[in-house]
This record gives sequence, structure tokens and C-alpha cells, in this order.
Amino acid sequence: MDAPEEPLPPVIYTMENKPIVTCAGDQNLFTSIYPTLSQQLPREPMEWRRSYGRAPKMIHLESNFVQFKEELLPKEGNKALLTFPFLHIYWTECCDTEVYKATVKDDLTKWQNVLKAHSSVDWLIVVVENDAKKKNKTNILPRTSIVDKIRNDFCNKQSDRCVVLNDPLKDSSRTQESWNAFLTKLRTLLLMSFTKNLGKFEDDMRTLREKRTEPGWSFCEYFMVQEELAFVFEMLQQFEDALVQYDELDALFSQYVVNFGAGDGANWLTFFCQPVKSWNGLTLRKPIDMEKRELIQRQEATLLDLRSYLFARQCTLLLFLQRPWEVAQRALELLHSCVQELKLLEVSVPPGALDCWVFLSCLEVLQRIEGCCDRAQIDSNIAHTVGLWSYATEKLKSLGYLCGLVSEKGPNSEDLNRTVDLLAGLGAERPETANTAQSPYKKLKEALSSVEAFEKHYLDLSHATIEMYTSIGRIRSAKFVGKDLAEFYMKKKSPQKAETYLQGALKNYLAEGWALPITHTRKQLAECQKHLGQIENYLQTSSLLASDHHLTEEERKYFCQEILNFASEQTDSSGHKVVLPMHSFAHLRDLRFTPSNAVVHVGGVLSVEITVCSQMPVPVHMDQIAISVHFSIEKNSYRKTAEWLTKHKTSNGIINFPMETSPFPASQNSLPALELYEMFERSPSDNSLNTTGIICKNVHMLLRRQESSTALDTPSGVALDDGAPVLKCCGVTLEPGANTITFRTQAKEPGTYTLRQLCASAGPVCFVLPHLYPLAQYDVYSQEPQLHVEPLAEKASDASLRVQSSDKVTSISLPAAPAYHMIEFELEVLSLPSAPAAGGEEGSTMLGMTEAQRNPKDTQKADHCMATTDHKVSIECPWSIYSTVIALTFSVPFKTTHAVLSAGTRKYIQVCVQNLSELDFRLSDSDLVDTGDSTDLQLLPLNTKSQQHICSRQSVFFVWELTWTREPPTSLRGRFSMEFRPASEERLSISLKPYTYEFQVENFFTLYTVKAEILPPAGTELCRTGSLCALEVSITRLSGLLEVDRDEALTESDEYFSTKLMYEVVDNSSNWAVCGKSSGVISMPVVAQATHRVHMEVMPLFAGYLPLPDVRLFKYLPHHSAHSSQLDADSWIENDSLSVDKHVDDQLDSSSIKSRGSVHSAASSEHKGLPMPRLQALPPGQVFNSSTGMQILVIPSKDDHVLEVSVT
Amino acid sequence: MAVCVAVIAKENYPLYIRSVPTENELKFHYMVHTSLDVVDEKISAMGKALVDQRELYLGLLYPTEDYKVYGYVTNSKVKFVMVVDSSNTALRDNEIRSMFRKLHNSYTDVMCNPFYNPGDRIQSRAFDSMVTSMMIQVC
Repeated sequence: MDAPEEPLPPVIYTMENKPIVTCAGDQNLFTSIYPTLSQQLPREPMEWRRSYGRAPKMIHLESNFVQFKEELLPKEGNKALLTFPFLHIYWTECCDTEVYKATVKDDLTKWQNVLKAHSSVDWLIVVVENDAKKKNKTNILPRTSIVDKIRNDFCNKQSDRCVVLNDPLKDSSRTQESWNAFLTKLRTLLLMSFTKNLGKFEDDMRTLREKRTEPGWSFCEYFMVQEELAFVFEMLQQFEDALVQYDELDALFSQYVVNFGAGDGANWLTFFCQPVKSWNGLTLRKPIDMEKRELIQRQEATLLDLRSYLFARQCTLLLFLQRPWEVAQRALELLHSCVQELKLLEVSVPPGALDCWVFLSCLEVLQRIEGCCDRAQIDSNIAHTVGLWSYATEKLKSLGYLCGLVSEKGPNSEDLNRTVDLLAGLGAERPETANTAQSPYKKLKEALSSVEAFEKHYLDLSHATIEMYTSIGRIRSAKFVGKDLAEFYMKKKSPQKAETYLQGALKNYLAEGWALPITHTRKQLAECQKHLGQIENYLQTSSLLASDHHLTEEERKYFCQEILNFASEQTDSSGHKVVLPMHSFAHLRDLRFTPSNAVVHVGGVLSVEITVCSQMPVPVHMDQIAISVHFSIEKNSYRKTAEWLTKHKTSNGIINFPMETSPFPASQNSLPALELYEMFERSPSDNSLNTTGIICKNVHMLLRRQESSTALDTPSGVALDDGAPVLKCCGVTLEPGANTITFRTQAKEPGTYTLRQLCASAGPVCFVLPHLYPLAQYDVYSQEPQLHVEPLAEKASDASLRVQSSDKVTSISLPAAPAYHMIEFELEVLSLPSAPAAGGEEGSTMLGMTEAQRNPKDTQKADHCMATTDHKVSIECPWSIYSTVIALTFSVPFKTTHAVLSAGTRKYIQVCVQNLSELDFRLSDSDLVDTGDSTDLQLLPLNTKSQQHICSRQSVFFVWELTWTREPPTSLRGRFSMEFRPASEERLSISLKPYTYEFQVENFFTLYTVKAEILPPAGTELCRTGSLCALEVSITRLSGLLEVDRDEALTESDEYFSTKLMYEVVDNSSNWAVCGKSSGVISMPVVAQATHRVHMEVMPLFAGYLPLPDVRLFKYLPHHSAHSSQLDADSWIENDSLSVDKHVDDQLDSSSIKSRGSVHSAASSEHKGLPMPRLQALPPGQVFNSSTGMQILVIPSKDDHVLEVSVT
Repeated sequence: MAVCVAVIAKENYPLYIRSVPTENELKFHYMVHTSLDVVDEKISAMGKALVDQRELYLGLLYPTEDYKVYGYVTNSKVKFVMVVDSSNTALRDNEIRSMFRKLHNSYTDVMCNPFYNPGDRIQSRAFDSMVTSMMIQVC
């Protein structure tokens, strides 16, 4: 089998391998041509068309030209391809027929026979022609003849198997041409040979592969066959194709292993299952690891050997293909799959052996790649190699742990034994790396040699890996390696170095909210911090862990106890406080204010009840729980009034704090909540609003760079609000779960109090919740007393008030009451006609009416005809400079009129009370008294009923008889009064003042009686219409001279007094026609019983009972003043028919008539300046018409058609 | 089949993560978390591709000695990560793809639930049982 390889001993398995071409014939000739030939052949590429639909390739051909020997030809069944001669060339320079016939032909025949014997059809005969030679010989046959002969003799139908090369060593175009033709031919033939021979080989190989299920089939044998093909492809520089061969082998082997795992074992595979005894890693520095190849050939290779060899070949080819990164990637896959395959095949491996193998292999691959790439390339492809770095780090770590190099005390004897065993498995260093200082072998040996060396190598590797991961942005991976490193540092008792890595990792996990890694890393960090003596950090981490539900109950209790122990130990009050954030310890769930509007007056008591959910696993006793408060004085005083606050704060006093939605996603939760406040900017001059808006008070927290928000766990952000006012609660035990804590405070200064921080402290440990959000505020206000006057809807409280009242001022002393209490009381205001000055007019009604304020309806509905009185009540408070003025309107429900009624000389006073209001009243105790000075007047009530009902809009009349004993009085001042009450209310709580009405009547005494009488015409019994009747009027003076008579009308002559009266008969109802004079002036003696009679004629105009015409009496006053005369001018004009049948005063009468005529004549200067007399009505009481109401029967006249009307 | 299935939000916090040998949960959490590096890398490399041509399946994220970690990313950048035992050679790319597709469908169902708040942890029983079925199929 190895026979063909031997003849060509100089290393065949290098890139120097070329397809073999044999040369026969003229060796000298060939030697002379060879340099040109070997130089020209690869110059131009040739297209190689492939079988099986494979893509054609351009190929540069090179050849190894060897002298033809029969041994070179492969024997039957030999599968070696590398040594296979692909083409046989016969060289001849013969140009002489004789020579040809003598020697060359025989030689050629022999050569051909040998080829035929080996059934080789790839041959070529080259005839080199030399012009120089030709010239020397004269008897030269035409050039072609030799060639033709050869073609005839040897190439029966393949004339192209014989080519001519012209003057190969000359530099002419002809030479060039012939060279080109020759080279093309040569290349074509070579390729043809390749195609044919490789195709045949592949077919054979496939056949062999198909037999793999047969019992005797050996993978190693097949491996060798297929590798032969790979070699040829490699030789032809077809690395891609070569790689395919190895990949196919790789896949085939892998499939076998998988099948073996599935129970379908192949016999040959058991071979690979021998225990691993050597783990010296991959060898990639040689193109071919002959040792391993031979092992495979001898079927003695272990799995690792096979894999190593296979990968080394793949690696070589990949590097030829300029794909170093694929090497790295494949290496990682290989290492993983080897480990898996060994497991799957249940190969016994000493502990740590694989780790060594993997570690060495990783470094070997990395160094191999580094060896063929420059720095920049490596740096830009870290992503591909970093996996190997990380894997190597991991393996070295596990080796370190295995060999006791990480433990504190260093390796023990057992560890040392193991180390020795492991090193033994490495064998001796390979010669090719022996001189390399940093070879993987040396590194591993050194690393395992001592604790220090291990540390150095491990740290180097770790740092390099972390750096690479970081540089390509694989932060998470970097952190993960960092965590391993931290673990290592912890083992090595250098926690300060571990801490940074743990913090870094923790920050990363927190930012992305990975609960389990967070918990685990925190646990490590806690240990680290404990070692470092970072008390605060340790306690904080402990508190986080104690509240972590991913830990077991025991672990949580342990960490909780750690905090409590610290708190109880450090009671020496050094003043140093350990401030920890609250959120890990407890969660503030809600907060409730009492009073619920969170508004309290100065001095008032406010209680704040908070619900805190403790997240500790055990009850925790806190020395004190405090809420610090931020106090701000509100500029706007109105905002702090109780009124405003009560109006605007309608909440129920409970503020719920949102539950932290676990730590996911932490990145979003880590930002502090917005603290927003409303803002008003007022102009300083008039306090008008300039701008308004919302400001965020913690912008600096929110807008800082994300990176600088450093470690989320560090307590740096938590600052204790020192010196701020505080609500406290001492000695609280927080049970796990919800706890309710109540704070009480007495409000002191007015303003707004914002609850800022919640701080629970136990010993020197404080858990602080730095910001309460949503904002919890309470307001304290202080307010001047205020007075409000408003209609009451309901009964006021009965506070006992002390009321002092004088005319104008009523002072009310309020009872002592607790601060900020509202005292409500009801004031009843009584409208009194207190000042008579208010009503100078007679009949002005000033009434004392208690208008209870509770009936505002009455005033609202006041009729316009109801008299109203407006009052103003001014209320002044000692605390205010302003007075409150209330306008009150009282309505007078009654309208009262009076009248004097006469019956002869008897007098009666009638009072009419009219109810204008909507209410019914009950009247009682009506009384009329004389308030004048006349003492002998008596008023006899003629009203019988003591109580009277007066309905709405009805009237009630009261009558009194007026009697006197002596002289009749000239005037009467009466005051009417009555009690009244609303009829609807049986009993009144308040006593109403009586209603009073004052009036005055004068000259009511009867001076004259007038009696009229109508007599039918003489001779008839009854009056008839149209017939004149006599009207007799008699005016009788009833008394002598009285005081009232003393006026201008009175004339005196010798103790004899008379007065002038004018009478007038008027019939307003047009029943009568007065014929002749209807009026006249009479002089009436002022003597009792003096009677004056007047006779007139009247005519009834209708039939029936007709009332008598009115007779009116006037006082006839002489002229006195011009102004008064005008008053009665009309009466004068009307009285143009007035006849004075008076004996006394003719002259006056005529003059009056004259003057009347001169009213319109400006020329009559005779009476110029003469004033006219005046008429004055007698007061109603002075005249008594005794015939009032009398009627007389008038019968119609006989002739209805004739109505006599006489008009004068 | 799968030993660990994780659904990871766009912001890289876990929406759902479950692993079969529960005692080793932590290891899988670390593994899945670390795999996000590669997911990020692949997504950013893919970023330029047209949206409709984008392959949701990210393929093998990274192999370890014992496990293979596969990734899948939805159009809304929610990531699915599946950890498969390396020794389980029966699982080829196609099986992994179909498992991811199943996972995606089930996740879509979860999202369609009007009571589910996007971004919350997935607590759907249907989703859970689907994941269980993917894990149990193993042997």
C-alpha cells in the first residue's frame, strides 16, 4: 500500500505537491525545455468543466515532471491519487527518417506498450523541431513527414496526441505560437485526465461508502480514501473542494456518533471509545499531522485524535481560503461537540482532562489565527474569537478549582496528584512549539504549577475576555465573566476587587429587571460587602435580600436578623446614622388624614394614619417612625381661608401610594416621580395674575444623564431631612404585612405642610422613603373671626347669648367657644316706629312688626300696594374695621283709614283696617284712645267682639261713639291700636307689638243741619216727571258762637254775629233739573237755632224713588288774599246763575257779579284790584245733612211723549 | 425538548421564563440573559434589511458545552429565547423554527387578551401549558 509513496520520498504532503507528469524519450531535450515549460504552464488559467453538475472552475495548472518509469504506473486496485501520473509525454527531436525508423519508433512502441499494459490513455508525443538542425542536413525530408509518420504509427485516430513544438528556445513569433498551441494542448489533456481519473476515483469512493453498513467496513479506511481526494483537490488548489471532502467525513462521523447514541452502534466505532489517555489539544501549526494520520491509518486513533486531525485539516484549508473567522467558529463547535460526543459514547475521561484539552485547543486555535492575521483584522473580528477566549477562561477556571489552585490554602496532596496526572496526559511538548514562549502547552503547564501562576494566567484571560466582550458591546457576557472573576476574588479573599464586578453585574441585571440574577448577585454582593466592612451597603443589601421573595424563608430571616443585630449592637449613640432606602424594607401603601380634608386650624389636632406593608419576614421593632414635613407659607391669604379649603379639598383624605410594580422593568421605575406644583406669578403692584403654569421641582433628578444614575442600590440619593419638622410615632413593631401607624400633631403655624420623607429608625439604622408621591399635604390656617349674615334654613343652635340693648345699639356677647367653632344664632329684628320724626304725615304707618327672618317669603312677595319700610342694620365686630350693613325691608300688612260719622250732633269714629297681605290675621284688643288734652271726651266702643278674624285682602271696621260732657271739643287726637297675630299660628314665640294708628280729627262738632224737602206741586199728591216741584232747604245753626267760627266770614255788629255761607244744590245723578238758581250766599246769624230757608224749584227727570239732590254748604270767605281767590275761581264761574237772595249783602253780591263779568275784560278798571271772595268747604263733621238718604216717589207724567224741560 | 423557554420584552426584561430542571433555574436565567447580547447583535445587523423580508428566526445564538441557545424576535422586538440540550441531536433547525412559530402564535393570543397589559409578565395558563408541551415532548 505504501509502495507508491516511497519512490518520491521528499515530503509529498506539502503545497509543493503537483500532479505528476512523466517524461519519456529524449531526456536531454526535455531538460533543455523544462525551465520554459514549467514557467509557462501555470501562466494562463484553463476552464475545468466538472462532472456531476459541479460548477466549472478556472484553474492554473502546474505539474511535477518526472522521468517515466514503469513503476510509476499504478497497479490495479491502488487508490492512491497523489502519486498518480495524470499524463505521460514522449519527447523527441528526431527529424531524420532514418533515425526515426532505427531508434525512435522502437522506443515509442515500447513506451506505448507499457502504457497500454496499465491501461493508461493519457499520453502525448511532442516533436520538437529545430530549424538550425534542419539547415545542417540537406537531405531533409519535409518537416511534416516525421510528425506524420508518428501520427500514422501511433495515434491511429487521435492525431491530436502528437504535437509539434517549433524552435522552443528561440524568441520568435513562430516559436511563441507553437508554444501556445502546445501549452493549450497540454492543459486540455491534463484536465481531461483529471476529469476522467478523479471521476473514476469518486465513483469508487462512493461505492466504498455505500458499503458502510456491511460488517467489515472501516471508517478509517474510508477516511483515507476520501482524504486522498481531498489531497488532490488541495494539490490542484481547489481548497473548497478539498474542504468539502473533510466536511463530508466530519458529518459522516458525527452521524455515526449520533446513531451510536441512539443505540445503532457500528462495530468500528467502539474503537474510538477507548479511554482518553492523552489530551494535548489540537495541533494546527503543521499542514498535516502525520502522527495522527498514521494513527488513523492504523485504526488506532482515539476520538480526540480523529477529531483533532480532521479539524487541523479543515483549519488548514480554511486558512488557505482566507477564512480564519470560520476557523474560530468551527473550533468552538468542535470543542463543544467533542465534549458531547465523549459523553454520548460514554468514553471514560479522567477529570479535568477534557478541560485541559479544550483549554489547549482554544489557545492553539487563537494563536493559529493570530499567526495568520494582522492586529487590525483580529481587532475587528473579536466577535468571532471571543467565544474561544471565554471558553478557555471557563476551562482554566474549572481546572483551577479542580486542582485546588483557587482555594485559600492552596492545593492539597490530592489536588497535587490530580495535577500531576493531568500534566502527564499532556505528554511532551510538540517540537514545533517548543521554541515558542507563549505556547498553549507552556501556558497550561505554568498555570497548573502554582497558585500564583494560576492566578496570573486566569486574571489575564478573564480581563482579556471581559475587555473583548466590552469592546464589541456584549455587555451582558462581559458582566457574566466578571461575576466569575468576582467569585474568584472572593475565594482569594480580595473582596474589594470582587465588589466592582458584582456591582457592575448587579446594575446590569437591575436595569433589565432579571429577578433571579439580581437576587443571586446581591447575595454575593452582601457577602462581599460584609467582608469589606461596608456597613451601610451591607445593611442595604441585606434589607433588599430580606424582602426578596426569591430567597428561602431562612435566608430572608438571616438577612433580616443581620440588620436587627446591627441595630441592637450599635446602641452606643455615636450619632452616626445608617440611612437606607425604605423601599426594600417596607412599602407605604396609603395615608389617611383626619379630618379628611386635611385642613386644620391653628391649634387643632390633625392625625395622619399610614399603612405600611413591612416586607421583612419577621416582626421588626422600630424605635421611631417619623414623617418629616416641609412647611411653606402660602402667600395668597385667600387660599388659606377655611372657606376656600373646604371648598376645594373634597378628597376623602386617603392618599394611595402606587404599589411598586415589582422591580420590573427597573429601568423605567428607577426614575423619580415627577414633583409638579402649580405656580402663579402676580404683578407686585395690583396683585393681578401675570403668568401661571406648572413647575417641576425635581427636574435635576429627571434630566440627568442615564449613565450617571450610578448604582441603583447606593444610598447616595437618600438624604435625611434634618431639622425639618417631624411627625413622630415611637416604639412601633412592624409585623410582616400591613401595619397601621397613626401620627398626631397639633397644628402650630398656618401654612401648607407637605409630607416629605418617611423615616423608620431602629437604633442607628434608618429606613428612609425620600419622597412621598403623590404629594400629601395638609393645611393649617388661622383666620380672623368672621361674621356671616344669611337666611337660615334650619333652626340654629341654642347658644346662650347675652344681649344688651339700648336705643340704637344692641350688643351681643358671644359665649366662650373653642377655637374655630362656628357660632350660629338667629337675630330677630323688630321694626319699631321708633322715631316719630320718620312719619310727620298723618296716617304714616310706623308699626312694630316682628318680621322673623325665617320668613323671607313674605318680604319677597310684598305687594306693591303694601307699604314698606327699609331699615339698615349695621353690625360691627371688634375684630374688624368694617361693618356689615344689612338692608332690611319690612312690609306693613295693614292699611288703616278713619272717618268721622255724624248723627245729628252725635259723633262716631270709624276706623277701617284693611289687610293688604296674603296672610290672615287675628285681631284683638282693639282700642282707641284720645291722646289729646281734652279730658271730657269719651270714646265708647261699639265693637263687641274681642277677637276678630281678618282675611287676606279684606277689611274690618271699628266704630266708637264720641261723647263729651261740656263744650264740644274742637279736635280729637286718636290713637288706634290693636293686637294682631297671624291666624295660622296659634301661639307665637315672640310677642308682637300692637299695631297702632294715629290720627287727628278737627272741627267735627255739628254746626249746621241741612234739611231738604221736596214738595209736589200744589194740587198734586205726588211729584211727576216733568213737573216742577218745590225744593225746600232749611239750614239750621245748632250752636251759638264757637271758637271755630272765628274766621274771616264772621261779621260782628252789635253783639250780633253772623257768618256767610254758600249753599249749592247739585244733583250728580242727573235725576233732577234744578230750575232757577241752584246756589246762593246766605248770611247766617251765629245763634243757636237760627234757621235759613231757601226755596227752589226742581224738576224730576225720571220716575221712581229718587234720592234728593245734594245740598252743599260752603263757607263764604271775603277776599283777603289774592292767592286764595284763585282757588275757587271755578266755582265762581260755575255759579254764574248764582242768585243771592240775601238782604244783607247785596252790594257784595253785585260787585261779585260785576267782577265776574270783568274777568275777561281788560278794560274794566272799575273793579280792578278787587279781590274775589273765596269758598271754603265746611269740615265734614260740621254739617249734618239730615235728609241724606231720603227719597221721594216720582211718578211718570201722564203724557209720555211730552217732556217739558225748562232750562234757565 | 426545550429545557428553557423565555419571552423577553423589547426593553430586555423577562416577560416569561421557565426552565425544566427547576433547581437550575438560575443558570438558565443567566444563560438567557447573556444570550441577549447576541440577539441584540443579530437584530442590529438585521436592521437594514427590509421589514417584510426580515427573518424572525435568529438561529443559534450561541452554543455552550451542554446547551444550545436559539433566538427569535418578533416585529415588535419581543424576543423568544429557547435553550435546548446539546445532546438532543434530533432537534434540527426546522423543528426549532416550528417551535418558535408555535410560541409566537401563543404569544399573539396572549397579546390579544384584552385583560392583558402589554409589558406585564405573562401569566396566561394557555401559554404556560403550550410551553409545557414544548418542554415535555423531550424524550
